[in-house]
Amino acid sequence: MLTVRDLRVTYHSGRTAVPAVRGVDLDVAAGQRLGIAGESGCGKSTLASALLRLLPPGTEVSGEILLDGEDVLTMSFGRLRAVRWAGASIVFQGAMHALNPVHRIGRQIAEPLLLHRTVPPARVQARVEELLAQVGLPAWRANSYPHELSGGQRQRVMIAMALACEPRLVIADEATTALDVMIQAQVLELITRLTTERGIALVMISHDLSVLSSTCDRVAVMYAGRIVEEGPAREVFTSPAHPYAAALAAAFPTVGDEASRLRPRGLGGDPPDPAHLPPGCPFQPRCERAVARCASTDVRLRPAGAGRHAACVHVDEEVAA
Amino acid sequence: MTLLSARGIHVHFPARGRRGAVARAVDGVDLDLAPGEILALAGESGCGKTTLARSLLGLIRPNAGTVSYDGVPLKYDAASLKRYRRQVQLVLQDPTGALNPRHTVYEAVAEGLRIHGLTDDEPRRVAEALARAGLRPPERFFLRYPHELSGGQRQRVVIAGALVLEPRVIIADEPVASLDASVRGEILALLLRLRDELGLSALVVTHDLGLAWNIADRLAVMYLGRVVEIGPVAQVLTQPRHPYTQALVSVLPSTLGDGGSRRPIVLTGETPDASRVPEGCRFHPRCPKVTDGTAETAGVAEACRTKELPVLDGVGPAVACHLVDGRLPAAGGQA
Repeated sequence: MLTVRDLRVTYHSGRTAVPAVRGVDLDVAAGQRLGIAGESGCGKSTLASALLRLLPPGTEVSGEILLDGEDVLTMSFGRLRAVRWAGASIVFQGAMHALNPVHRIGRQIAEPLLLHRTVPPARVQARVEELLAQVGLPAWRANSYPHELSGGQRQRVMIAMALACEPRLVIADEATTALDVMIQAQVLELITRLTTERGIALVMISHDLSVLSSTCDRVAVMYAGRIVEEGPAREVFTSPAHPYAAALAAAFPTVGDEASRLRPRGLGGDPPDPAHLPPGCPFQPRCERAVARCASTDVRLRPAGAGRHAACVHVDEEVAA
Repeated sequence: MTLLSARGIHVHFPARGRRGAVARAVDGVDLDLAPGEILALAGESGCGKTTLARSLLGLIRPNAGTVSYDGVPLKYDAASLKRYRRQVQLVLQDPTGALNPRHTVYEAVAEGLRIHGLTDDEPRRVAEALARAGLRPPERFFLRYPHELSGGQRQRVVIAGALVLEPRVIIADEPVASLDASVRGEILALLLRLRDELGLSALVVTHDLGLAWNIADRLAVMYLGRVVEIGPVAQVLTQPRHPYTQALVSVLPSTLGDGGSRRPIVLTGETPDASRVPEGCRFHPRCPKVTDGTAETAGVAEACRTKELPVLDGVGPAVACHLVDGRLPAAGGQA
């Protein structure tokens, strides 16, 4: 369904090149849910925008993004327009800014339907109501303006729009981050149910590894523009192989787990500046397990158990042992 | 012993959009904070937790009720408030917004000292506060500007600004919500260390129950202007008794027990409007125990719909639920 090979994205600011994504491979099958975890500046949102070619002009992009076998990076603009919404759609964080404040909700949901002629014009109204019902909003909400809705309701509207043209892939970029826990649970349940029912592939991007591990099938953890660990979601969260994935997992305490009671765990130091990455493994300056060769070896992903990969020099030894 | 206490706090605002209507943001709350204690105040947006914290800081004068510090009721004249705020300091959620971008770290931290006329030994006090907040060596940070710091460092500067006055209580509103996950733990560890080293008390306002599990001794859960459950963190989070707390805990992303034993209780609808507080138990329209007939079977369904629950005491353990009162007459207060 979605195959990404050696994706690289470099921003240019003045004379400095800022490599935000530095060689990422992804595979998502129809109906599968992939989570991408990482902190600010790790390149996860750049990756999301790159998947639909939504990056600002002047950004350097290389590699391959195959959506049902078609390369998004080389397709014509007309074809790209057809693919956006209808083939793949994206739900962003902060629905207040993504929705147009002066248009009614119904009109905004109808827009992609009309543009892509998904349904005959006479059926558009009915389809809008159907979509609202799917995300648990009453039909009369079509007449509301975005400011009349709560954050959770706006996020549902965004999901309704993303599903409007029956895409095969939905990308959710921090789609539930700004929401309250209960509303987040509602929205996650909704996304999970709708993607499962329709066999839609989901790429879910979040800083919250705990949410991803309970929602997705597989998880990829990004650091400094690369995937440093990937594997079955629950395993990556409960027994991470990469020291960064371990630190990120420990940052989300499990309520009821005595090991984290009155023992908050964090990570010293700060994420590296993408324009000035340290040599060798980019995580090595903050890594508790760093050894001399970490500063010189450019570690790539290697097998770390069944269906798992991690980019750490310690992984080979542990798998061999 | 109680250092900071709130009794019968009510804070009302004019409701948006409807003339004459009143939003009961805080609708009768008792809360006690002991010396050296970390108390987490949790709830969803709109439950009144931030308003309650602001009234504890003296930033809002409650419509009814009393805030007392060291047994003395707070007075609202400028001089009394100024004295009070040397003891009870606020740490804000977003360090980028809390810091003036044109002030250096030194100026940001020294500001409180200047306001309170503590001009002796200023550089030493500033350096000490920065070091306590984990910015070492402090002198290296004196002349830095906020934009030169990472998010975690900025939050440490904000905390240093609170510590410089040597307060006894810190009230922190979502102190780590705007920070990256890996940095969060370090800031929370700092709050724990300040408690251990200085005996500082803290009220931490948060929507994140994981944070409460990480650092708090006691937890108060708020719903629509009231505390609905209060008690030791481990007890409230591992054996929640109020149906609302049970629902909140059930939707935490969990890896314990592989999610099999714990079915998430996803409540429908949003937090209702504080200008339309339901009659009876304020949670009853969304309560799963009312919907699934448990309340009916226990013979309290009528009470849930019509009988208001008493205000919980400020220490706990206590639960504001007709069902819990019915089952355990001795615990959780009177019916």
